[in-house]
Amino acid sequence: MALDPATIGRIARLARIRIEDWQAEQLGHELNSILGWIEQLNEVDIEGVKPLTGVAQMALPMREDAVTDGGLVEEVLANAPDRAGSFYAVPKVVE
Amino acid sequence: MMSASDLIEFDLAAARDALRARSFSARELTEAYLGAIEALNPTLNAYITVTAEGARAQADAADAALAKGEHGALTGIPLAIKDLFCTTGVRTTAGSAILGNFVPPYESTVTAHLLRDGAVFLGKANMDEFAMGSSNMTSAFGAVTNPWSTPGGNARLVPGGSSGGSAAATAARLALGATATDTGGSIRQPASFCGIAGIKPTYGRCSRYGIVAFASSLDQAGPVARTVLDCAILLGSMAGHDPRDSTSADLEVPDFAAACRRGVKGLRIGVPREYRMDGMPAEIEAIWQQGLAWLREQGAEIVDVSLPHTKYGLATYYIVAPAEASSNLARYDGVRFGVRAEGGDLTDLYENTRASGFGAEVRRRILIGTYVLSSGYYDAYYLRAQKVRSLILKDFTDVFRDVDALVTPTAPSAAFAQGEKMDDPVKMYLNDIFTIPASMAGVPAMSVPAGLDPDGLPIGLQVIGKPFDEEMVLAVGAAIERAAGFTSLPAMRAGASLALPVGARA
Repeated sequence: MALDPATIGRIARLARIRIEDWQAEQLGHELNSILGWIEQLNEVDIEGVKPLTGVAQMALPMREDAVTDGGLVEEVLANAPDRAGSFYAVPKVVE
Repeated sequence: MMSASDLIEFDLAAARDALRARSFSARELTEAYLGAIEALNPTLNAYITVTAEGARAQADAADAALAKGEHGALTGIPLAIKDLFCTTGVRTTAGSAILGNFVPPYESTVTAHLLRDGAVFLGKANMDEFAMGSSNMTSAFGAVTNPWSTPGGNARLVPGGSSGGSAAATAARLALGATATDTGGSIRQPASFCGIAGIKPTYGRCSRYGIVAFASSLDQAGPVARTVLDCAILLGSMAGHDPRDSTSADLEVPDFAAACRRGVKGLRIGVPREYRMDGMPAEIEAIWQQGLAWLREQGAEIVDVSLPHTKYGLATYYIVAPAEASSNLARYDGVRFGVRAEGGDLTDLYENTRASGFGAEVRRRILIGTYVLSSGYYDAYYLRAQKVRSLILKDFTDVFRDVDALVTPTAPSAAFAQGEKMDDPVKMYLNDIFTIPASMAGVPAMSVPAGLDPDGLPIGLQVIGKPFDEEMVLAVGAAIERAAGFTSLPAMRAGASLALPVGARA
């Protein structure tokens, strides 16, 4: 299934990546070539096969429900592009 | 006193012994490598950041410990750290503009283990952006040049990727070894292209805590170094259980170095027939056959085996890895860390930040991943890929009932020129055709230099083992290494007569 420019635009919005109209065409070409190549998986018989989500073949470990870290406001905010006191700052969201 | 050129001749195991014998100091060794970096890094671009002052302080601390007769596994050993590992107070970019100003306030578990054992960090190694690439051409900090070149050839070659800086630095002797990571071949393919050894351990052997995430079900750290034994020593330090990574295996770390001496007598080595691809260059086939002959001469039995879903590995990978990447990279939104591009409102800020902060390959993979996870397409792409992944794992599980290890080529070619394969993403992806199946199955695999192609470029062989049997992989790798006697070196390297006079600094 080939992606048209409108679909490319929709995916880009979902991914929160701005793309210009001139980029959509080039991207469509590249993504369609990748997706076309991926189509080969349709020839594999997957009837009754369980999906593999990960290869760590072990039960996830349990631990005590306790605070093990924290109180590091300055370290956490040290890389913030903008801050206000102990908070991250962003453009106004609600008028 | 030994000259810097002499010091740089010691491999990791030999340098470790010499440091303990106090034949030279950690400071002298570190200065030799810093001099080599100063001379050659402007040409190779293997390091994004050089931490000379930190390295000197660590070397002095190592000397103080050695003077008291105290030492860890790596006391005084100068290493390069792939710029995907968070290092406290040292900028960590993942090769991306979006993390161009990111200074982690914490240390990755793998690098913390290396520091615990006394290692010296020379700096942060260049890499493909977010580890997405097979050539190191996608780094926002510029391409890395492979220290190898064809005799008389003018083309600059790629070191492979994504751990291109780690491999180039090790091959050119700008470090004794390096940390690297492998999601689909990012340790093994650059090791093959640069004529060095590299091992991707079993998924879960090394903690992923503090490693910038690409595809979490595949990402695994491992070392690159000059020899199989050097890799074993580094892996022994990097590995180990970590409660901060829920997929970290709670297993004892074996004596990997001892495994290198085991030999291969009586082992059954599988040769998967599906790896014999149409159009594979004759020199790769020849070195593969040579490798098998060496193992046979050392007492191994060579067995023809089948991994029937091999051909679907790549396509499966290019659904699973971008899907996981699109989710992992959602965190780069210009709000909490990294570079922000301003916008009128919050959505503009996100979209502008991600449009300007990510390079073309990363954008492509995020978009593919977003698409295959989106409503209406999830089952057709992502769920189907996860089922094919089950079949790929089953191939390995079945075959390992019959054999102890598999031996294949690492990559379908030797190093290619910078700029080649850039016009067609699929052509670039095909580089990883032999490395991806082991990644999909999570099993350990390493590349060992086995010979040169007719152009004088190194070619590696890949050894694949059972889950958590890195010892077998290292034993077979060491056997290939012994038989190959691979002593060729790249023309561009520290300590070579045509390199700049680094000896003046010692």
